[in-house]
Amino acid sequence: MSDNAYRKIALDGLWNNNVTLVQILGLCPTLAVTTNLVNGLGMGIATTMVLIGSNLIISAIRNIVPGDVRIPIFVLVIASLVTIIDLAMSAYLTELHKVLGIFIPLIVVNCLIIGRAEAFASRNNMVHSVVDAIAMGFGFTLALTTLGALRELIGFGTLFSQANLMFGEGAKWLTISVFHDYPNMLIAILPPGAFLCLGLMIAGKNVLNARAEKRAAIAKVEPLGGDEQTAG
Amino acid sequence: MFKKLLISGFLLAVFAGVGTAAVSFVHDNALPRITAVEKSQLLETLHQFVPPETFDNDMFSDTIEVHDAALLGTNDPITVYRARKNGAPVALVLTTIAPDGYSGDIKLLMGIRYDGSVAGVRVISHHETPGLGDRIEADRSPWIDGFAGKSLENPEEEQWHVKKDGGQFDQFTGATITPRAVVKAVANTLRYYEKHRDELFAPASEKPHE
Repeated sequence: MSDNAYRKIALDGLWNNNVTLVQILGLCPTLAVTTNLVNGLGMGIATTMVLIGSNLIISAIRNIVPGDVRIPIFVLVIASLVTIIDLAMSAYLTELHKVLGIFIPLIVVNCLIIGRAEAFASRNNMVHSVVDAIAMGFGFTLALTTLGALRELIGFGTLFSQANLMFGEGAKWLTISVFHDYPNMLIAILPPGAFLCLGLMIAGKNVLNARAEKRAAIAKVEPLGGDEQTAG
Repeated sequence: MFKKLLISGFLLAVFAGVGTAAVSFVHDNALPRITAVEKSQLLETLHQFVPPETFDNDMFSDTIEVHDAALLGTNDPITVYRARKNGAPVALVLTTIAPDGYSGDIKLLMGIRYDGSVAGVRVISHHETPGLGDRIEADRSPWIDGFAGKSLENPEEEQWHVKKDGGQFDQFTGATITPRAVVKAVANTLRYYEKHRDELFAPASEKPHE
């Protein structure tokens, strides 16, 4: 297929059909772990890894799986894959597993994985499915990292705290105290804060989209106008 | 229709079989490595509590098993690693469970010096809320180091609570249950130690009766 197909897959995953902001899928892990930026990043990376594997396998077997039993088979594939990744990581990538390990069991309940298996991988070839997994996973990571950063900033007034857990002791300097003597706003860290911040992010995305549409409409009315920005 | 049913069932069985086989294959291959990694991490932690120069025995083989559901938080036998120098007891390290965490058991590794003071406490595993209760981990906050050097005489036994409950240990903003559970488990383990000190250091050949 043409480059346009990849462009569409990538844009869908990152923005137009973003898992968290548009499809609102996988909210359980999203809301639970994004108490700081580093946790959001970790969950995003772990999910992306699983998603790439599951999309690849589901796409490879899509022609031999009868429609009636496809969902149980997808569940079997995803559950086996997650368990294997969990075991292999704890044996061979112990340091990384210590960081991402707590997120991996949560991935099993993330409907993003089965959602992409059903909506995309079971209908497209392997290359497209992997590209879709990378784009969706990246969009998910981006949304989670932003949500984590927002909650951490409002809640504790810091960014990148506990970066040493993911990038090693040398990364301690990454932690930024944005506001000094900040009176912690606990609501952002507690579950209600997750809903509030996610709501704000979705609203923010809609505002941006509406603005872009308006600009596109104006550009259409005045084709000779200097502003040639397009929507998207 | 019947044929379709058979094919679907057959495929389902095949995928279940392949999935299970793959998981058990990886499990069998990974298990020895996971055990080895856990053991070397345990050794590293043991040395944090009890510096290698303070003892001269092999802590890994000088062990006994004990159990006390009330004070150690679990009915399962717990392995106690003992450090000695020239045969004289120096310290011991054991796992203990805080059964009343915010979500499930908090597994702790704890070193106790022969005089009954805490050599150190580390969290091995827990399911506390990320960002709130997980500050009991040494990597995330120095809170857990606050136990080092403490004993049931220092502070007084009634001070072994979080501040909210009138004790002298800090709780976390937004999380009281987690530190409360850990403080209680550490205090209980010290009580157990006080009650059973001589049995705990008894030579391996004369295991205490359970």
